[in-house]
Amino acid sequence: MSADTAANGQTPVLELKGLSKSFGGLHAVRGVTFKIMPGDRKAIIGPNGAGKTTLFNLITGIFPASSGQVLLFGQDITGWQSHRRTALGMARTFQITSLFPRLTVLDNVLLAIEGLRPSKFVMWRFLSSYRDVYDKAHQLLEQAAFADRANTEVRYLSHGEQRQLEIVLGLASDPKILLLDEPAAGLSSGESVEMTEFLMRLDPELAILLIEHDMDVVFDLAHTISVLHFGEVLETGKPEQIKNSQKVQEIYLGTG
Amino acid sequence: MTRWNAIWLAIVAALLIAVPTVIGNEFYVNMASQVLIYALFALSINMMLGYGGMVSLGHAGYLGLAGYACILLTINGFDQLSAAILALAFSTVMAGFFGMLSLRAPGLGFIMITLALGQIVWGIAYRANDLTGGDNGLRLPARPMPFGIDLNSAPRFYYFALAVVAVALFFIWRFSRSPFGASLMGARDQPRRMSMLGHNVWLIRWLTFVLAGFWGSVASLLFVYYNLFLSPHALGLQQSAEILLMAILGGASSLAGPIVGAAIITLVKNVISSYVERWNTLLGAIFVIVIIFMPYGLVPGCRELWRRIAQRRKPSASKAASEPAA
Repeated sequence: MSADTAANGQTPVLELKGLSKSFGGLHAVRGVTFKIMPGDRKAIIGPNGAGKTTLFNLITGIFPASSGQVLLFGQDITGWQSHRRTALGMARTFQITSLFPRLTVLDNVLLAIEGLRPSKFVMWRFLSSYRDVYDKAHQLLEQAAFADRANTEVRYLSHGEQRQLEIVLGLASDPKILLLDEPAAGLSSGESVEMTEFLMRLDPELAILLIEHDMDVVFDLAHTISVLHFGEVLETGKPEQIKNSQKVQEIYLGTG
Repeated sequence: MTRWNAIWLAIVAALLIAVPTVIGNEFYVNMASQVLIYALFALSINMMLGYGGMVSLGHAGYLGLAGYACILLTINGFDQLSAAILALAFSTVMAGFFGMLSLRAPGLGFIMITLALGQIVWGIAYRANDLTGGDNGLRLPARPMPFGIDLNSAPRFYYFALAVVAVALFFIWRFSRSPFGASLMGARDQPRRMSMLGHNVWLIRWLTFVLAGFWGSVASLLFVYYNLFLSPHALGLQQSAEILLMAILGGASSLAGPIVGAAIITLVKNVISSYVERWNTLLGAIFVIVIIFMPYGLVPGCRELWRRIAQRRKPSASKAASEPAA
C-alpha cells in the first residue's frame, strides 16, 4: 500500500524530531529524536517510569504530542489518529495483553486483517463469506505456528502464547514498522527464549522498535539501543557500547 | 445445530403468525402488536448496548423526532408514505447529530449526554404548544394504507407490525454477523487495540448510533400508527429507561433477548396490572430476581441452564467438560 513512499531507500521508516509530552508539570517525554531505517531493530531501555510506553503512545497516536514531530516515511503524521497510522504501515503490540479473550485465535486474527480492508464496513454480508480474509488468516497462523490452535478461545491459551498472538495481530496489517511494548513481559526464561526466536524469524525488512526489560531479549535482537531516563534519550549505541556504558550502569544500579 | 435453529425459527414464526387466530380477542391481539413495537425499540437500542457496549438513556427521543415529524407532515397535507419517509430521514439525520455530540464522551459521559438529549426533545414537545400541542399531544388522522390494505382491524395491524419487525430482525441478525458487527464488538472490548489494527473506532460507534436511531425511528412510526396519538408523556425519561431495561432483562448479548424482555415488561404493564395493583413492585421484583440468578439476562441465562441440564442428562460426558465461566 505504502510501498511507493518507501521505495527511496534514503527515507527513514520512522523519524522523531524533538518529540515531547507533558502531563501538567510532569515532563514524561522530552525532546526525543531518532530515525529508524527499513530492517532496523532498535530497542529502548530504561528504568520504570522513564517514559518508554508514553513515547510509544505518542508514536502511535494514542496521546497527542505536546511538541515535536513524528514522521512516517517522511510524512508528518503528528496529529493523525491511530487507525490512519496503521493504514500507512505502523503496527504495535501492548504491554498489557490486549486480545479478545472470548474469541477464538482465528477470530482475533480475522478482526486484525479486516482492519485495513474496505469490507470492514459491510453490514449485510456474513464475515464468514469472505474467503480471501480467511485465507490470509490461515496463512498468517501457519507462519506463526498457530494453525493447530486456530479454534481455541484465546482465554485458554498460556500467557506465553497470548504474548505471541499479540505480535501476530500486529503483523496482520503487513506493517513496515512494528512497535513492541515489552513482548517478553511476564514470561519465564524459557518462554523468553522462544519469544526471541519467534521475533528473529520475522521478515528482515520489517523495522522493529522494541521496549523491553529482559536484557537477554534486547541484546539478542537489537542492532541499536537507546537508553531513556526521565523522558530523555541519555545514550544511543550498539549493544556492546551500552553494556559497558558508565552512565547506563549508574541509572540501573543507582550509584549516580 | 443449524438444522435445529431452522426448526426453531419455523416453529416461532408459525406461532407468531397464528397469534391473532389463536387469541381471537381483540384486546390481546393489540397487546401482541404493542409487544412487537417495543421489541423493535429494544432491538434497536440493543445494537448499541449489546454489540457496542454503549448505554443510551435517550432512545425515546426518536419517538419524539420521528413521531411528531410524521404527524405534523401528515396534518400539513403530505401523503402517508412521503410523511413516513421524510420523518425517518429527519429522525435519522438527527441521530447522526446526536451521535456526534454523545460520542465526544465515553462511558458515563455518553449516558448523561444521551439522557440530556432525550430530555431536550421531551422538553420541546412539552413546551412548544403551537407545534406539538404541548401536554395535549397530537392526533394522527388515520393509519396508513400500504398497498391499499386497511390496517384498522387489530389482526391486520398486528401482521403489519410483525412484517416490519421481521425485516428489522433479519437486518440486525445479519448485522451482528457481518464484518462490521465483528468490528463493533471488538471496539466494545478493546478500543485501543482496534484502532491500532486500523479500525476507526469512532466511526464504527457513530454508524451504529445512527443505525440504532433509524430502527428506533421505525419503531416510533409503528407506535404512532398504533396509538394514532402522541404526547410528551410517551417520550419521557421513563420510556427511555424502560426500553433499556427490556434489553437488559432479556439479555443484551443475545439477538432474541430484547424481544423477550419487551414481551415481559409490556405484558406486566398492561395485562398483569389489571389484576395486581402493585404491578410496578412486581416488575421490580422480576428484574431483581433475574439479575441475581441470570446476570446476563433471561435468554443467555436460560441457554446456560439448558446446557447444564443437558450435560447432567449425559453422565457419560467427562466431568471436566463444564468449564468455570471466567
